[in-house]
Amino acid sequence: MEQQTGTFAVKKGLAQMLKGGVIMDVVTAEQAKIAEDAGACAVMALERVPADIRVQGGVARMSDPELILKIMDAVTIPVMAKCRIGHFVEAQILESLGVDYIDESEVLTPADESFHILKHDFKVPFVCGCRNLGEALRRIGEGAAMIRTKGEAGTGDVVEAVRHARTVMGEIRRLTTMDAAELMTYSKEIGAPYELVKETKELGRTPVVNFAAGGVATPADAALMMQLGVDGVFVGSGIFKSGDPSKRAAAIVKSVTHYRDASILAEVSKNLGEPMVGRTVAQLPESEKMAGRGW
Amino acid sequence: MKIGVLALQGDFAEHIATLKRLGVETREVRLPENLTGLDGLIIPGGESTTIGKLATDFNLMEPLRQFGKAHTVWGTCAGAIFLSKDVSRPQPLLGIMDIKVERNAFGRQTDSFESDLDIHELKQATNSSHPYHAFFIRAPIIESVSGSAKILATLPDGRIVAAQQGHLLATSFHPELTGDTRFHEYFLSLAS
Repeated sequence: MEQQTGTFAVKKGLAQMLKGGVIMDVVTAEQAKIAEDAGACAVMALERVPADIRVQGGVARMSDPELILKIMDAVTIPVMAKCRIGHFVEAQILESLGVDYIDESEVLTPADESFHILKHDFKVPFVCGCRNLGEALRRIGEGAAMIRTKGEAGTGDVVEAVRHARTVMGEIRRLTTMDAAELMTYSKEIGAPYELVKETKELGRTPVVNFAAGGVATPADAALMMQLGVDGVFVGSGIFKSGDPSKRAAAIVKSVTHYRDASILAEVSKNLGEPMVGRTVAQLPESEKMAGRGW
Repeated sequence: MKIGVLALQGDFAEHIATLKRLGVETREVRLPENLTGLDGLIIPGGESTTIGKLATDFNLMEPLRQFGKAHTVWGTCAGAIFLSKDVSRPQPLLGIMDIKVERNAFGRQTDSFESDLDIHELKQATNSSHPYHAFFIRAPIIESVSGSAKILATLPDGRIVAAQQGHLLATSFHPELTGDTRFHEYFLSLAS
């Protein structure tokens, strides 16, 4: 009876354990501990949250391995870390550190403008961003075991997260009503592998877990994304760029569990202090938008 | 028969889907009042620290302990941790099963694995002979059982991965991730 590690079912399985939870960006071991105590189901270890990457500019790369290891030491929940799109050596390094998930992320500066990482080559699972079903299924085709809608990271404006979640969910709803004969042409139209289009139609959902990301700043934002049909929520800058991170983190965790209960949502939304200041996506110049990165 | 699935965080939808395949009525449990009228409860996989915190914040700890006194309760992975008496670190536990658990006992995610298990009770209860294919995701092990708790399954090296104490069940693996419904059938046989 041999034990098999790194199978797709095992990679996908960890994402299933994260469902109904909140994954929080943290930049220090102390923040990681605050996130864990507030009920985060995982943390994303970073040097800079997306809001700071926006302000400071420059090339954004994988974080210092030393920082990631410190965060891994500080908490018992899964630790994720980001590599640049297409930068498979950063991914190899993160895998060797033993991180639990790699986010091949548009928040960092892309290393390859044509190709994403072939994620099937790794034992560690990957999560990737998407704006629509075609993009989601291309990433799964490359081996992503979890998907997140991109939103627009570091803005605190939920509008893009809503747009991307509604796009993916709407496309799945339309796909479920299609005749089997229509699927090949639909695959061609959205640039997605035929087998995965077929699987999505049969399941009536994405073949792997799908979280929302990019702009969630309040418990109401998180519950909105859940009601739109995602499996859980990433919160990046929204927690540690706010006035009272610990309280806001705990409130967002509760809002994801009780996302349909407006009276609990009202209760947890009370007295949270200042939210992150935020930037409206509509006023961002095209060159500053991160969601367009990915092919 | 109506079975509840604790729906604070984790893969509760996978358990519900499996129960539905077996024709069982289900209910998501998020608040104490959701426990009323249930014949059994499953605590799913997820993060045990998250589930423990939410159960504490929404006043579910004591109602869950009371429920476990009279009803069948099964914890998978994080759920098994939550049922245990001791995990060698401070975190909210129901402490209703006489088992000691070590969290993330196999290492990190790259050490997660799938493997066949030979579970005598399961084969007997479901009148089947093939092994049970199990998924271990950042899985805990049951370090030891005491009191009336007994070992239900071990890995070939002897480490305990499933235990039973009367109508309480704990598995460090995830029957809800397989298409094999035998473990759920076994649970239902205890609940009825």
